[in-house]
Amino acid sequence: MSSEMTDTTDETLIETGFSVETDRGREPTDAEGIVRSEDLSVYYGNERALEDVTIEIPENQVTAIIGPSGCGKSTFLRSINRMNDRIESCTVEGELTFHGKNVYDDDVDPVALRRKIGQVFQAPNPFPKSIYDNVAYGLRIQGRADEVDLDDAVERALKGAALWDEVEDKLDESGLDLSGGQQQRLCIARAIAPDPEVILMDEPTSALDPVAASKIEDLIDELVEEYSVIIVTHNMQQAARISDKTAVFLTGGELVEFDDTARIFENPKDDRVEDYITGKFG
Amino acid sequence: MSFRDGQELFADVDLGREKFLNRVFHAVLVAASLFGFVMLVLLILDVVWEAYQGLTVFQIDPVQFLTQPSSSRAERAGFGASIVASLWLMVLTAALAFFIAVGCAVYLVEYASRNRVTRLIEANLANLAGVPSIVYGLLVLALIVNDAGLGSVILAGAIALALLIVPIIIVASIESLRAVPSSVRDGSYAMGATKWQTIRRVVLPQAMPGILTGTILALARAIGETAPLIMVGTMLHATRYPDGPLSSFSAMPTQIYNWTYQADRMFNGLAALGIVVLLAFLVAMYVIAGYLRKKYEADASLTNV
Ligand SMILES: Nc1ncnc2c1ncn2[C@@H]1O[C@H](COP(=O)(O)OP(=O)(O)OP(=O)(O)O)[C@@H](O)[C@H]1O
Ligand SMILES: [Mg+2]
Repeated sequence: MSSEMTDTTDETLIETGFSVETDRGREPTDAEGIVRSEDLSVYYGNERALEDVTIEIPENQVTAIIGPSGCGKSTFLRSINRMNDRIESCTVEGELTFHGKNVYDDDVDPVALRRKIGQVFQAPNPFPKSIYDNVAYGLRIQGRADEVDLDDAVERALKGAALWDEVEDKLDESGLDLSGGQQQRLCIARAIAPDPEVILMDEPTSALDPVAASKIEDLIDELVEEYSVIIVTHNMQQAARISDKTAVFLTGGELVEFDDTARIFENPKDDRVEDYITGKFG
Repeated sequence: MSFRDGQELFADVDLGREKFLNRVFHAVLVAASLFGFVMLVLLILDVVWEAYQGLTVFQIDPVQFLTQPSSSRAERAGFGASIVASLWLMVLTAALAFFIAVGCAVYLVEYASRNRVTRLIEANLANLAGVPSIVYGLLVLALIVNDAGLGSVILAGAIALALLIVPIIIVASIESLRAVPSSVRDGSYAMGATKWQTIRRVVLPQAMPGILTGTILALARAIGETAPLIMVGTMLHATRYPDGPLSSFSAMPTQIYNWTYQADRMFNGLAALGIVVLLAFLVAMYVIAGYLRKKYEADASLTNV
């Protein structure tokens, strides 16, 4: 784990080196999760990247996915919105349901699925278009640009992504002219503009400086009022700070522990998880 | 033990030979690149000198030269009809070649699965781009001019030139399409865009400057092509302005060619002036292409922040 990502302003460091703010103002729900997987295995060719993952991800909460490099975190994320379909060698076994429907059924169109499950990538990837057109992209391709007030939708998404104040006078400038942190918030605005139900984030702050990263963390805290957020991160303080639930994957693509974040960081059941989060492993 | 100067410290390292070789190769490479430059300068000087001769010795009036059609009598001959014919050729060639070439490139990059057939097609594109241009002229002469009975008209010439540059544009377009980073495509697909929406709204706009640059450079090649037009058949003298794609014609390079072997020496002066005009067109096209490329590179470098 990189030490420069460590947030030194965090006063409540406990022996393990992690602070856990347990009162998130949200109670863990027992309701059926919005995304569930059942014995999900994913292969690249003959290589298995995920092994029999069974997990139930709650609605309107932040679920963090942590684990060492190469353990299949991104693979799991991509199997939720079927971005894995874009990788030719990739095959999926088992079940992954969204609102109880297996997304790998023949009658599920990945294009439709992705309109309900947005994604933010590790490296900001705005389109080479204006800021406005970037945010309006989702509504336009979904043919909803005429139904809604587009200007209003763009403004709301940019406000939701805490970017509005910085760009309100230059909406027609290229999204590529923004700083890295602004670009990432632009990508978040782009993802939330069409109002999906789930937002997947794959290490969204790893390319950013601590200030930009903390802005995005605050943002995630607000997003979760309306969306279910699943975030992959290598930064365990970050996972501890922002998530309600934490899933720990270990090498081999195995989900070893999934529980309330506080429990994972204070009192993990599995020794390997303890080793991993205290930095002895991985 | 400490050393006072570098010479003493590195006394056991002998770089003399390597440094000598370095200098020799440097000199050879400079000479080689100067050769090309010197030849270009000589060429331009020669053309300018000849053109100057035409203007002074034969008293060619530049305005008449640029506006009048050609004539079998040198004193009355101008280049205007050939310039217009070349413009017609450019427009028709671009219209014929651009959509076919870009469509083909989009198919190969975005749709075709990477198997032996597509690899074969791609390898053959490079070969097609190297086919001597007269071959395309012969093909059009046989199929379009004679069999289809179109005759020796501008459209037939444009078809020959389009065949010539389609592979060039395809190769340039494939390169620009491949240069669009996959992260941007992923961004579009993850928003729930279909393949066509992704291509049309994200991939093509980003690749377009590169595609246009390639197209303009290909057109610059086409505008100077002589052999395929001679095969298709051109007028000895472009004695009237073309009034559409179905007119007979003589374009700039063929008119220059026809002037050079006339007995009257004044035609040589006309040819030299014609070459100056043709070169001006080429330079203008290169400038546009260079401008687009520069703009494109500036944009592309920003996508990698
Ligand atoms: N496109 C691919 N083709 C083949 N193998 C892949 C591909 N993507 C990932 N893999 C393999 O699958 C395994 C899991 O990769 P994945 O990217 O999901 O790991 P990760 O946990 O996200 O790692 P990181 O923290 O480094 O991002 C790795 O062994 C990797 O080599
Ligand atoms: Mg990853």
